[in-house]
Order: sequence, then structure tokens, then C-alpha cells
Amino acid sequence: MSTRIELKELTKRFGGSGSGGILAVDRVSFKVEGGEVLGFLGPNGAGKSTTMKMLTGFLPATSGSASICGFDVAARPLEAKRCIGYLPEGAPAYADMTPEGFLTFCASVRGLTGEAGRKAVARAVERTNLEGVLRQPVETLSKGFKRRVGLAQAILHDPDVLILDEPTDGLDPNQKHEVRALIRELAKGKGSGDGGRAVVLSTHILEEVEAVCTRVVLIARGRVVADCTPAEFVAKSRFHNAVTLEIVTPDRADVPAALRQISGVSGVEDVEAVDAGAGRRVRCVVLAGKGKAVAHEVSHLVKARGWEVEAMRVEAGRLDDVFRDLTCASG
Amino acid sequence: MQGTLPIFRRELSGYFATPVAYVFIVIFLILTGIFTWQLGGFFERGQADLRPFFDFHPWLYLFLIPAVSMRLWAEEHKSGTIELLMTLPVSRGGAVAGKFLAAWAFCGVALALTFPLWITVNYLGDPDNGAIVTGYIGSLLMAGAFLAIGACVSAATKSQVIAFIIAVVICFLFLLAGFPPVTEFLKGAQMPEAVISAVTSFSFLTRFDAIAKGVIDLRDLIFFSTLIACCLVMNAFILEAKKA
Ligand SMILES: Nc1ncnc2c1ncn2[C@@H]1O[C@H](COP(=O)(O)OP(=O)(O)OP(=O)(O)O)[C@@H](O)[C@H]1O
Ligand SMILES: [Mg+2]
Repeated sequence: MSTRIELKELTKRFGGSGSGGILAVDRVSFKVEGGEVLGFLGPNGAGKSTTMKMLTGFLPATSGSASICGFDVAARPLEAKRCIGYLPEGAPAYADMTPEGFLTFCASVRGLTGEAGRKAVARAVERTNLEGVLRQPVETLSKGFKRRVGLAQAILHDPDVLILDEPTDGLDPNQKHEVRALIRELAKGKGSGDGGRAVVLSTHILEEVEAVCTRVVLIARGRVVADCTPAEFVAKSRFHNAVTLEIVTPDRADVPAALRQISGVSGVEDVEAVDAGAGRRVRCVVLAGKGKAVAHEVSHLVKARGWEVEAMRVEAGRLDDVFRDLTCASG
Repeated sequence: MQGTLPIFRRELSGYFATPVAYVFIVIFLILTGIFTWQLGGFFERGQADLRPFFDFHPWLYLFLIPAVSMRLWAEEHKSGTIELLMTLPVSRGGAVAGKFLAAWAFCGVALALTFPLWITVNYLGDPDNGAIVTGYIGSLLMAGAFLAIGACVSAATKSQVIAFIIAVVICFLFLLAGFPPVTEFLKGAQMPEAVISAVTSFSFLTRFDAIAKGVIDLRDLIFFSTLIACCLVMNAFILEAKKA
């Protein structure tokens, strides 16, 4: 394992110097090791694409620094760029070229000519399932295929660092699945040397994070608001370890009040009660305090009171809840 | 100049992959034909040379070259492929050179396709072929200067229309600088001799005129080469400034 990407206090201000203009990225620092797949999350306009553009050397940083495989992006741009495979936002490609011509061009710019170039293109084409459209001008391709052409271009030279801006945007469910599998496979690959390969991908699809990422960095308004594993990220949810309970009770007992008595319970929400035959059907969510598990106690209480259980399950928490909590709170 | 060769090849084949190249070449050939035969009085002059042919080149280039150069960078800005290009391991100078050389080579092809004229004059008479070769070299150099100006303008905008218009205006100024009415006007305005000669020294017309006559003056060659080099350096700077 070695550090593949390092950002130090990376900042970007658009338009105007000093305190004027738009502060798109605000002192973002993190490191990505070989073998990691980092999910870069944030609401629209949070600064994800801007950060990636600075990492890949397209935009100069206002202050701070970024380095790729040990090469400072500003001081050694060519060396840094050689290590990177980059899929820019919107997957731009030369519209009048065919995917074959385009990929061959990208390969030759990267020094892969002749047989090596043909091999690299063939492998990237196979990995992104582009065989059927190789001779069709890029401008006539569907959105998903365009994205795949961009992806093929990014993995062409087997880079140590992959930076993918919304790689699965516009792909059909099958392709999403394939691309995720590809990303996982790429992250396992050794890359050159033995430092492992680092992948940074931005996405708005949160399941993707659970499916492929080993780490999550969430930014809002240019600031990092979370940097952890997906499991830790989910654990930040209010609904982590919460118990959803659906019971029928003959007595008109106040179920939520009883549940609140349990130690470790931080609240009871979404109480819904309907009269049903002999008694009342009550649905509620019992929230657990931070780091507490309450399922056991809840089931004891249910037994003791003789409530008839229709459904009971422990929640893991949902990524979107955490996403919403963290990105709204910071405003 | 990392990446120049692949970019050169991509750009050049790009011209011929679209109708742009053929439309351009056909129009260029038709216009040179009309100018040389009709307006230039090719036959009436009774002289076996290509003077009337070359005389119209500056004016032809004024509109045709910006049409070639306008898309060089503007299209990259517009379609976002600039982000792709600039994150590939190419140096900015390499990219600028590759694109410029491809456009120049394309103009060279169009110019070379006027060879039937050369054959015709050789068939009809006994021209000074040395002067004709000089004329072609001068014409190609001037095309390069127009192109470099156009490329520079194109780097500053994402609109091809704006790139075209501004390039035409700037090239027009360079042409006008040596146009006799302008020189007369400057003299009439009591301008000091130094100013007049400075303005005239930037003139494409006077410099090209000398080359087209078959006179190769090293200073003219240096002028065009320096102008091209300056514009390309500026081109690279504009690209850098634009993304900040
Ligand atoms: N060239 C630019 N000039 C001025 N402001 C810009 C420029 N590019 C981006 N911004 C601003 O920077 C901020 C961050 O934009 P960015 O594209 O990085 O967001 P994002 O996180 O990628 O959003 P999305 O999820 O919508 O892709 C936005 O407020 C945007 O308006
Ligand atoms: Mg974005």
C-alpha cells in the first residue's frame, strides 16, 4: 500500500480574488491509498467536479496542493497525468470520431502505439462492452454508450489512479452492475509496481457507495463534512439500530410511552395507530441512542406486555438519511 | 513537445473525415480560378507567370483562413473535450503546435492542389519557375501567419462565429497596414516617417508582394516566422489564462 492521491488544503475560488467570487472548494484535505475505492459524495454544486478537475491538473488550485503518485500536480503535471485515468463530468469525446479512432488517439497520446495500442484499445473495449459501436461516430451514440467510451478512455493505459466523475450516470441497470463490477476488479488490480490502484468516483447514487466503495468522503459547500467507511457512514444515521415495530394490542395501553422507558431508547417516532378488530394496531420506530442496541429489550417488553407482534425488524440506517442530515446541517 | 504528433494526425484526418475539407478546398480552387482568370487577366497579360494568381492570395486568405482556424480551440471549449485533451499527458505547447501544424498542412494541401495552374503556364510559355516556387513558399508562410492569428483568437472563445469575425478583423488590419491608400492616409495625416514605416513593416501585403515577385528577403521570412511563433506562444498563454 502506498499513498496514491494526496490533497492538502486544496482550495478553489472562482472569479475575483480575496474574499470575492464563488468559493467552490474550501481547504479540502485527504489521502487515498492504493487499493481504496473512495466514494466522493455531496449535493449539487458541492465542489466534487471542481476538486476532481484540480486533481487531474485541468484547473489550477487557488491555494493548497494536490499530488498524484507522489508528483505534485502543479509542479510535475505531465508525470502526474501519466498516472491518471480520468473520466470528466459528462464524458466529453470528439463527436466526429468513432470510438475506435478516439480510443486509438488517446492511446497514442499516452505513448501506446502500434501493437501495444491495439491491445490496450481491445482490452478497454472488451471491459466496457463497446464492441457493437466501434465504427459509429460518437455523436450518434446514446448517452450510456458515450459514457462507456469515456470510461474506456480512462482505463486504457491501466493507470494507478482512476478519477471518475459520475461514471454510472445514464447507464442502464445491467451496465451499472457491470461498471461497478469493473471498478471493484480494477481496484483489486495491482496497477504498476505493487502500490495498488486508487479509485475516486463521484456519484449521486448512494447504493453505489455501499456496493463498491471502501471509503466515503462527503463534501458540502466545498467543505469535507464526513470521511469514513461506508459502515461508519451508515452508523451515523438516526435510524441505525432502530427497531421498527408493528404490534396489535388489546388494551389501550400507551405503547410509545412504555417503549420510551427502555434504557438506551432515544425516542419513538412515526407512531401510527389504527383500530383493528379486537384491539389496536400500532406501528412505530424505536430509535436507539448512539452506540446502543435496543432490539433485545424491546422484544422483552413485547413479551412481558403480551403484545402480538406483526412485524419487527432492526434497521441498519439509510445512507440518504445521513447524507441529508450532514449536508443540510452544515448550511 | 509531448503529444504533438498524435494530435497533428488526429486533427489532420479530422479535416478529411468531415465535408469541411472538401468544401473548403473546392471553394478555394474555384475562387483562385476566378480571380486568376477573370479578374487577373491571366491570358490578356500575355506573360507566362503566376503573378495574378498570387496577387489575390492575401484577400482570399482573409476570409478562408479564419474559417479554418475558427474551430481549432473554440470547438474544444464548447464540447468540453478541452478538459479531456488537457488532462492527457500532453504539454500545452505540444497541443498548440499539433493543432497549428495540422491546420497549416491542410492549407498546404489546398495550395498544392492549384498545381494545374503551374502546369498550364509551363505549357503556354516559359515562366520563371524559381519565382513561382518562391511565390508558393511565401503564400504558405502568409497562410501560416493568418492561421496562427486565427488559432490564437479561437483559443479565447467558445463561439466559432466570434472567433471567425475577430480573426478576420485582425488579419484585415495586418493586410491594410501596407495598403497604399492607408499609407497615403498616414502621410496625409502628417504622421512622422518612423510611424509610417513601422506600420508598413507589419504589412502582409508589402512583404508578400516581394516574395511573390520571386524576391526572397530573409527579413520577410523572419517576419512571418516570428509572427507565427509569437501567436502560438500567446495561444498557449490564452489557454492557460482561460481555465484559471
Ligand atoms: N468555471 C466556473 N466558474 C464559476 N463558478 C464555477 C465554475 N465551475 C464551477 N463553479 C461553481 O463551483 C461550485 C461547485 O461546482 P461543481 O461542478 O464542482 O459541483 P459538483 O459537486 O460537481 O455538483 P454536481 O453534483 O451538480 O455535479 C458551484 O457553485 C459552481 O457554480
Ligand atoms: Mg459534478
